[in-house]
Amino acid sequence: MFGFFSSLDCSLDIFFVEALLNGVLLAGLLALLALGLNLVFGVIDVVWICYAELVMIGMYAIFFFVQTVGLPLPLAFLLAIGLVAIAGLLLHYLVIRPVLDQPPINQLLVTGGLLFLLQAAATMAFGIEFRNLGLRLGSMNIGDMSFSWSRIITFAVAIAAVVALWQFLTRTYIGTAIRAISQDRQIMPLMGVDQKKVYLATSAIGGGLAGLAACLMVLQYDIYPQIGLQFGPLTFMICVLGGLGNMVGGFVAAFIIAQFITIGGSCVATEWGYAVAFLFFMLVIFVRPQGLFGAKS
Amino acid sequence: MLDLKGVDAGYGAFQALFGISMRVNAGEAVAVIGANGAGKTTLMRVISGMLPASSGTMTMEGSDLRTTPPHKVVELGIAHVPESRRLFPRLSVEDNLRLGAYIPSARAHFAERLDYVYGLFPRLKERRGQFAGTMSGGEQQMCAIARALMSKPKLVLLDEPSMGLAPVIVQQVFDLVRRIRTEGYTVLIVEQNVSQVLKVADRAYLLEVGRIVQSGSSAELAASDEIRKAYMGI
Repeated sequence: MFGFFSSLDCSLDIFFVEALLNGVLLAGLLALLALGLNLVFGVIDVVWICYAELVMIGMYAIFFFVQTVGLPLPLAFLLAIGLVAIAGLLLHYLVIRPVLDQPPINQLLVTGGLLFLLQAAATMAFGIEFRNLGLRLGSMNIGDMSFSWSRIITFAVAIAAVVALWQFLTRTYIGTAIRAISQDRQIMPLMGVDQKKVYLATSAIGGGLAGLAACLMVLQYDIYPQIGLQFGPLTFMICVLGGLGNMVGGFVAAFIIAQFITIGGSCVATEWGYAVAFLFFMLVIFVRPQGLFGAKS
Repeated sequence: MLDLKGVDAGYGAFQALFGISMRVNAGEAVAVIGANGAGKTTLMRVISGMLPASSGTMTMEGSDLRTTPPHKVVELGIAHVPESRRLFPRLSVEDNLRLGAYIPSARAHFAERLDYVYGLFPRLKERRGQFAGTMSGGEQQMCAIARALMSKPKLVLLDEPSMGLAPVIVQQVFDLVRRIRTEGYTVLIVEQNVSQVLKVADRAYLLEVGRIVQSGSSAELAASDEIRKAYMGI
């Protein structure tokens, strides 16, 4: 194994350690993305294929608020989170609710259709150019290793959001209902729980998490209409690897996949990082169709 | 307290209940007995709103149950312990109890109610952090009843509480039913274990193929030759 890597100019040197730590930093963002998708799937049993497009909307919203309206960045962030939370609500109310009792393929196609609609709308509104806010946060150097502040901040905020969500899910009544609902949907009314409200709350939280991810992503990525194609499949893969709907599994899977991407990328070439990650994913799914941490059904 | 008049209900084209009229007075324990498939569980589901009635009237202390949305029925003081317990298996005992106190009026007294049910069932306190699905059948039944009591109900619906339990545990479950009666709850209980349930109930209705065919005090029904032959194996 190591022989293979060292032949590709990769050994346990400083670059390897740097890639490893960058992988940890990347994992924070991926874990946040996976959390939103997993939360929605775990509660509503519908996959938002267009999840990364919600993030894209959030990124363009920040760009619009800052560049066109001239708002300060923190305010633009808050507005974007609120806006994408509302987008999540509307997505559930207008698109998911009518197909809630339909076969999964129909649900997949309506949210998949929305993906193209949102990409087209973004292209119409903002063009195909790559845009960014021109932020330069610099990097932190430890010895010969270099870590960009934007990645460090992203990691810290993402982990804080994961912890905050976990507190919400374990300490509040509606959070407890959110964890319970997939275990027995039918008896929720006997507890006095209105399923429709739980679905709406979950959709708003899922959207809010996508909005938060958008705030973090504008710190380090360019904004363009197809950015969802870069992060959507990756997020989906992480969720399936961790066991779709399993929030803890998705969290762990994000750290595994991020290592494949950064170490694979640093040893071979950046493009190969994604390829190696998908290869690993395929091998796992052949052996464990339910994902690494999914329950057998 | 609970009043049903001419209630019909069913699943699609299949009618399961025909003109059910019955009442439960405050402080009583009332049993519904009958064979498998007689419609006992359906009746419970109709009362708690899980299945809509197709005709008839149904009131709880004067409030119309047929126009009450299912998740609001518990706010009228009806707590339903469903057939085969239906705990949330991968939530802790305490999280299950928390969901039992989901309605606003119960949330305000959560800590107090928790102390109360832990006092009734000390075993649950020992197991409060454990996944509910990992407990024994008898403990799960305890937890299901405790979960229902968390909402501080007036009427407790118990659907086949002894089902699937070992004979020695069945005795304990009927002791539990007696306990919650002495705590002042009104009880409507559905059971196949006719001889046992008639010992804890004041009155009973006999359900056969979706119709009430006999009713009276538990002593009367326990003395009826037909019931002794058909349901008690005597």
